[in-house]
Amino acid sequence: MSVTLLSRLQFAIATYFHFLFVPLTLGLVWLLAIYETKYVKTGDEDYKKLAKFWGKIFLINFAIGIVTGITLEFQFGTNWAKYSEYVGDVFGSLLAIEATAAFFLESTFVAVWLFGWEKLSKKAHLVSIWLVVLASNLSGLWILIANAWMQHPVGYVIKNGRAEMSNFAAVVFNPIAWLKFLHTIPASMTLAGFFVMGFSGYHILKKNNVELFKKAFRIAATFTLIAALIVVIVGHEHAAEVSKVQPTKLAAMESLWNTQKSAPMYLFLWPDAKNEKNSFEILPIPGALSFLAYQSFSAEVKGLKAFPKEDRPPVLPTFLSFRLMVGLGFLFILLAFIAFLKRDKIEEYPKFLKILLYVIPLPYLAIELGWTLAEVGRQPWIVYGLMKVKNAVSPTITSSQVLVSVIAFTVVYTLLGIAAFYLIIKTAKEGPKN
Amino acid sequence: MFWQVIWFILWGVLWAVYFMLDGFDLGLGTLMPFLSKEDTERRILYNAMGPFWDGNEVWLITAGGATFAAFPKTYAVMFSSLYSPLLLILFALILRGVAFEYRSKLEGDGWKKIWDCCLFIGSFLPALLFGVAFANIFEGIPFDKAGMYHGNILKLLNPYGLVGGIFFLLIFMMHGSLWLRFKTEGELSEKAKSIANKLWVLVLVFALIFLIYSKFATKLWDNYFNHPFLFILPLIAVVSLILVKVYLSKDEKFKPWLFSALTIFFATYWGVAGLFPDLFPSSIDPSASLTIYNSSSTKLTLIIMTVVALIFVPVVIGYQFWAYKKFSHVVTKEDLEY
Ligand code: HDD
Ligand code: HEM
Ligand code: HEM
Repeated sequence: MSVTLLSRLQFAIATYFHFLFVPLTLGLVWLLAIYETKYVKTGDEDYKKLAKFWGKIFLINFAIGIVTGITLEFQFGTNWAKYSEYVGDVFGSLLAIEATAAFFLESTFVAVWLFGWEKLSKKAHLVSIWLVVLASNLSGLWILIANAWMQHPVGYVIKNGRAEMSNFAAVVFNPIAWLKFLHTIPASMTLAGFFVMGFSGYHILKKNNVELFKKAFRIAATFTLIAALIVVIVGHEHAAEVSKVQPTKLAAMESLWNTQKSAPMYLFLWPDAKNEKNSFEILPIPGALSFLAYQSFSAEVKGLKAFPKEDRPPVLPTFLSFRLMVGLGFLFILLAFIAFLKRDKIEEYPKFLKILLYVIPLPYLAIELGWTLAEVGRQPWIVYGLMKVKNAVSPTITSSQVLVSVIAFTVVYTLLGIAAFYLIIKTAKEGPKN
Repeated sequence: MFWQVIWFILWGVLWAVYFMLDGFDLGLGTLMPFLSKEDTERRILYNAMGPFWDGNEVWLITAGGATFAAFPKTYAVMFSSLYSPLLLILFALILRGVAFEYRSKLEGDGWKKIWDCCLFIGSFLPALLFGVAFANIFEGIPFDKAGMYHGNILKLLNPYGLVGGIFFLLIFMMHGSLWLRFKTEGELSEKAKSIANKLWVLVLVFALIFLIYSKFATKLWDNYFNHPFLFILPLIAVVSLILVKVYLSKDEKFKPWLFSALTIFFATYWGVAGLFPDLFPSSIDPSASLTIYNSSSTKLTLIIMTVVALIFVPVVIGYQFWAYKKFSHVVTKEDLEY
C-alpha cells in the first residue's frame, strides 16, 4: 500500500478513536456541572453523589481523550509534512491557540476538581467544574475552526508557494466553523444525555438507589431533548452552508448525478457509482433538495457529473452516512421527547427504560457517521479546492515505517478501547458507593 | 527578523519549561520499580504526581503547536524525519497517561502490575529519547534540501546521542526523587533523599561529559565564544546543580527540587541558545538547515501568536502556580485518589 493510503488509514484510526471518547467528555461535563450546581444551591447531598459518580466515569473516559489527542497533534507533522508546510501559517496557529487557551485550563482544573473535594470551598470547587466546561468547549471550538478551514479555506492568500494568513478574523469567524461547533457540541450533549438516561434507567430497573437515579434522569431528559433539537436545527443550516461552499459534497451526500432545476429529494435511493446513476429512486419530494440548499424550490443544483471524476468524493459512504445520521437525529428527538414527558414517573415504564439502555451506542454511531460525511465527503481534497490529499503526504517516510505504526496504533488502541469500555460499563453498572 | 527572534526565544522557553515540569514525572515514573514494591507506597507515588502530570504534558503539546505555528517548515521536516522515534515517544506517553487513571480502578495484582509496567516504560522511554533526539539535533540531522531524511533510528543512537539521552534520564530521575522527597514523609521520603544524593553525583559527571563532548560533536559553543554574555546560561545551570547538593545536605525539602528545576531549564536553554539561528540543522548540507529565517511563518501570524501568548501565558502560569501551591501538601495514606 502507498504511504498516502496508509497515512490516511492511520489518521482515520487515530481520529475515530479520539472521537469515540471526546463526545462523552464534552457532553458529560455539562451534566456534572449542572448536578454540582444543584448541590451547591439546594444542599441536597444526592446531587453531590451524582456529580461524584458520573465524575468517575468522566475521568475514565477523559484519560483516553487526552492521550489520543497528543498523537493527532503531532501527526500533521509526521505524516502530512507537505500539508503542514503549505498551510502552517494559517492552520498551525489554530492548534497552538487551542493548547494555550484551552488544554492548560482543562487539564489543570480537571485535576483541581478531582483532588479538590476536601481542599476547596464548595463554591471554588463548583467554579473549577465550570472552568472545565468552558475549557472543553473552547478546545472543541478551536479545533473545529482548524477543521473548518480545511473544509472551506478563508482569510488567506497564496504567496511564496504556500497559504499565508491575510485575515485572522475571517478564519475565526468562518461560518462553517461555528456551524460545526453548534452542531458538534449539542451532538455530544445528546450522547451524554442518552448515556446518563440509559444507565440511570438501569439502576431504576434494578431498584438500586431509585430516588437518586430519578433525580439524575429528570435533569438528563430535559437536557437531552433540548440538545437533540438543536442538533437537527443546526444540522439543517449546516447542510445549506455545505451546498454553497462544497458543491461536490452536497451532490455526493444526496447522490445527485445530473445537474437539475427544482431538484427533488428521494426518500429511498441507492447510488450506483460505476454507471454514474442511481440503481433506484422512489418517493420523491419535488423540489425539496433545491429548497434545502437554496431556499427556493426551483433553484438549480449541480450534479456529480458536472465535476471531473477525479474531483468527486466516494459517493456511497458520503450518501449513507448523511442519510443514517439524519434518520438517527429524528429518532433521538422522538426518544428524548418521550423521556421528557414521562420523566416524573419514569419507573412506571420499564420497557422504555430498557430501550433507553440499548440505544446508548446509537449517538456514538451518529457522531462517527457525521465525521465520515464531513471528511470522506471532502475527498479528494485535504484543503477544499486548494490542495489534494495525494500532494500532502510527507515525502520522506516509507510505507514500511507507516505500516508498522498503523499496526501499532491498531493494537494499542484496541487494547485501550477494551480496557476503557470495560471500566466505563463496569463503573456505570456498579452505581455509587455509599 | 525581530518577530522570528522573539519566537525563537519563546520556542526555547516552551521546551525548557516542559522538561523542567514533566521531567519530575518522567523521572519518578522511571524510579518507581526501584523505590517500592508495596502497594500503598506505590499509590502514594502515583498521587504525588497525580494532580500535575497532565498540566505538565500540555507544555509539550504547546511546544509542538508553537513549532507548527511559528516555524511550519521546521515542524514538517523535524517530525517527519524523526518519525519512528517520535511515535515511540507518543505511544510511551499514551501508556503513561492511562496508567494514572486506570491503575486503581480495579482490584487485582495482575491489573496493577500491568499499569506499573506501563508507567515505567512510559516514563523511561520519553526521558531517554527526548535526550537522544535533542542531542542529535544539536549535532545536526542528515537531511537534504528536499526535506528527505537519510538516516535511521540506529544512527540516532550514536555516542553523543546516547550521552545526551543518559544525561536527560539521570537528571529527570534526580528531579523526580527530589519531588518525592518533598511530597512525602517517613521512610519513602528518606529513600528518595538517599537516591537523590547518589544520582546527583552521576548527573554532575554526565553534565561535564556532555558539556565537553559538545565542544567536539557540535557547534553549540560557537555562539558562546562569539557572544560571551551567553555564558550566563550554562553558569546558572551549573550553580543551580551545586545548590541542589548544598540544600540537600542542609536537609531542606523544597529548595533542592527548585534548584534542580532551574538546572534543567537552563541546561535546555544552553543547548537552544547554542543552536541559534538554526532550529533544525542539517549535518550533510548546511544550506539545507532550517533556521528561524527560512522556515518561519509570516509576520502577521507571528504577531497574532505573540498577542495570544502575551494574554494567555501569564494566566496559565498564574493558575498552574496556584494549583501547585494548593496541592503542595505532603501526600499520605489518607488522601489517595488514584
Ligand atoms: C469538538 C471537539 C474536538 C475535536 C474535533 C478534536 N478534539 Fe481533541 N480534544 C477535545 C476535543 C476535540 C477535548 C474534549 O477537549 C479533549 C478530550 C480530553 C481533553 O483534555 O480535551 C481533547 C484532547 C486533545 C488533546 C490532549 C489535551 C490534553 O492533554 O489535555 C490534544 C493534543 C487534541 N485533543 C488534539 C486534537 C486534534 C489535533 C484534533 C483534530 C484532528 C482533535 N483533537 C479533534
Ligand atoms: C475528531 C473527529 C474526526 C474524525 C472522526 C475524522 C475522520 C477522518 C477520516 C475518516 C479521515 C480519512 C478520510 C479519507 O481518507 O477518506 C480523515 C482525514 C483527515 N482529517 Fe479528519 N476527522 C476528524 C476531525 C478532524 C479535524 C478536527 C481535523 C483538523 C483539524 C481533521 C483533519 C484531517 C486530516 C489532515 C486528514 C488526512 C487527510 C485526508 O485524508 O483528508 N480531522 N479524518
Ligand atoms: C436531521 C439531522 C441532521 C442533519 C441535517 C445534519 C447535518 C450535518 C451535515 C450537513 C454535516 C456535514 C458538515 C460538513 O461536512 O462540513 C454534519 C456533520 C456532523 N454531524 Fe450531523 N446532522 C444531523 C444529525 C446529527 C446527529 C443526530 C448527530 C449526532 C448525535 C450528528 C453529528 C454530526 C457530527 C459529529 C458531524 C461532524 C462535524 C461537523 O462537520 O459538524 N448530526 N451534520
